[in-house]
Amino acid sequence: MPEGKFCNKKPITTEEDLKALLADKGGKQYYEEMAELEVDTQKLRDALRRTCASRTLTWLEICARCGMCAESCFLYMVNDRDPEQVPAFKIQSTLGEIVRRKGNVDNSFMRRAMEYAWARCTCCNRCGMFCPNGIDTGVMFSYLRGLLYAQGFVPWELKIGAGMHRVYHAQMDVTTDDWLETCEWMVEENREIWPGLDIPVNRQNADIMYTLNAREPKHYPEDVAEAAILFHLAGENWTVPSEGWEQTSLAMFAGDWEACKISVENVYAAIERLKPKRVIGTECGHAHRATVVEGPYWAGRPDGKPPAEYIHYVEWVAEALRTGKLKIDPDKKIREKVTLQDSCNYVRNHGLARYTREIMGYIVEEGCFVEMTPNREYNYCCGGGGGFNGIGLFRAQRNQALKAKRDQIVATKATLVIAPCHNCWDAIRDMEEEYKLGIRWSFLKPLLVSMVLVPEHLGG
Amino acid sequence: MKQLLAFLAGPGLIAALLIFSCGLTFRLVRYFRGLDWRLDRVAYRPQMSAGMAGGLHSIFRWLLPYGTHGWRSYPLLTLCFFLFHAGLVLLPLFLPGHTVVLEQTVGFSPPSLPQFAGDALTALSLFGGFFLLLRRIALPETRLLGTFGDYALSALVLLVLASGLLARMQATNYDLWLLLHIAAGELTLILAPFTKLSHMVLFFAARWQLGADYAVKRGGHRRGPCFPW
Repeated sequence: MPEGKFCNKKPITTEEDLKALLADKGGKQYYEEMAELEVDTQKLRDALRRTCASRTLTWLEICARCGMCAESCFLYMVNDRDPEQVPAFKIQSTLGEIVRRKGNVDNSFMRRAMEYAWARCTCCNRCGMFCPNGIDTGVMFSYLRGLLYAQGFVPWELKIGAGMHRVYHAQMDVTTDDWLETCEWMVEENREIWPGLDIPVNRQNADIMYTLNAREPKHYPEDVAEAAILFHLAGENWTVPSEGWEQTSLAMFAGDWEACKISVENVYAAIERLKPKRVIGTECGHAHRATVVEGPYWAGRPDGKPPAEYIHYVEWVAEALRTGKLKIDPDKKIREKVTLQDSCNYVRNHGLARYTREIMGYIVEEGCFVEMTPNREYNYCCGGGGGFNGIGLFRAQRNQALKAKRDQIVATKATLVIAPCHNCWDAIRDMEEEYKLGIRWSFLKPLLVSMVLVPEHLGG
Repeated sequence: MKQLLAFLAGPGLIAALLIFSCGLTFRLVRYFRGLDWRLDRVAYRPQMSAGMAGGLHSIFRWLLPYGTHGWRSYPLLTLCFFLFHAGLVLLPLFLPGHTVVLEQTVGFSPPSLPQFAGDALTALSLFGGFFLLLRRIALPETRLLGTFGDYALSALVLLVLASGLLARMQATNYDLWLLLHIAAGELTLILAPFTKLSHMVLFFAARWQLGADYAVKRGGHRRGPCFPW
């Protein structure tokens, strides 16, 4: 069977197809069809010719097979040093083989490659820091995901995720109405405690345009409220767009580059429309990567920059604390042992480690903050990055992957983990469920709301 | 044998050097011409100065023994790696035996190393190279990774070093060792542009690219003055 009803080479572009695919619970039929899916080798060869250029070819060629990337990979370490978990082996036996065979590979090869691309690499890019030749295997795995996606070999949840972005311009089925209603609801809900609280929609020329993760309005609306409260207390002139508020990109995890472009252009269009001085994205790692780091390139912007200055939430918090826009009640500082999760997507891949440390200096009592080892650029992935958290087919592998971060956290003896990233937050939640560590975990926003001093003119 | 030696030391050497230098120059030019801001998603041109600084810093740090996290994570490997490569870079140009040949064929040569330093460097380089080869065979992860080509090239380069040392020591069958040394050495030069040996220039290219990548796109100045390699 060349093309399945659900598993095929076509992206999801309509609500109807999306709902049908969602109805195939757990992707049962989807994966059955995948076992029969034909590889379009001509298309694969063409894709290689167009997109596999100098950098990737050189990386694949000059790999010295020295194995210095082995111990850098947390998946190698938590899988009993399985040689088949060495980054160089993983990429050479998948993308490397595809290139050497000029795309002439079969169905079973592609299904194995899919397992490697989504269950043996989270695209955390740590191995690239240990390679003498500067080979970034994570970047190549992301590229491989794109090749696999175009051939229909992508985990069920991520085919859905990419489809969500195409259909709803959000990673979940949150429509513009849903989003605006959530904003109104959160204002009503909180105005009594926070008089004057507002979520200004589509305000032109504001100092800040705020963008977020669709999970927040969908499942954690209090996060939207907390963002509003903190902007309100800091006295910011801010706004949210009615369209283009969703910053994430499951399409990036899926390797659906066309959907990535659609998503990010939607956000950039909001920036062009509302002309804010700058944009602040929520506490999410991959959303930042997708919109600030990779996004400009998907949108074809030659300077590699978004249309306005675009910063991560942790940069704004650090600045607000530094400038005194937000002040912490000294009596409410965190007094238990607390550690900090570095998100690969904005720490290793966007250099924001110093901002989160700066924040710790303001909100944690001296002597209570403990670093994980290793940390900052050298941190380990939470274990659920790159879409790993959301893929049912690879749940066992993901649970195994959590062990690296689990052991790091246990070694700190911390009881609270601050995780300003949705993926990391989820991974740590699942880790607690799976391994019962007796820890708590939190985004920054709820902690800040509970410890900021309310200025006098706002009733403090 | 004498005729063969004369050929290898004369026209053979010139041909090998030409293939080597033209081939590697071509590889380097093709690498940089092939960089594509859209495909790589790095704004090379608009942010050239940041990219250049990050790229050069990345090369520099990795050229220092124990200069990076990566090198420091593998102390013995790093020692052997630098011994091996120091020999491979310095000996061809600065060994007294080589400077004489260069003087005769090319017309000029760099100053030569004292003989004892050359001998010591050759021995250390051989030691480093043997360790790297043994490590490649001994560790499960590198054993799985290694290809026939990797072993063949390692063996070839070790042969150049070993035969050179034996010839220098005037071992029995001096002529044979010398012939082997020159033939293997020239084969190495000829193969360099077409095999993984091209890393002798592409190392600089790929290292520059990743350094530039981090400086232009993945954090740059937000991180501080430079990337913590």
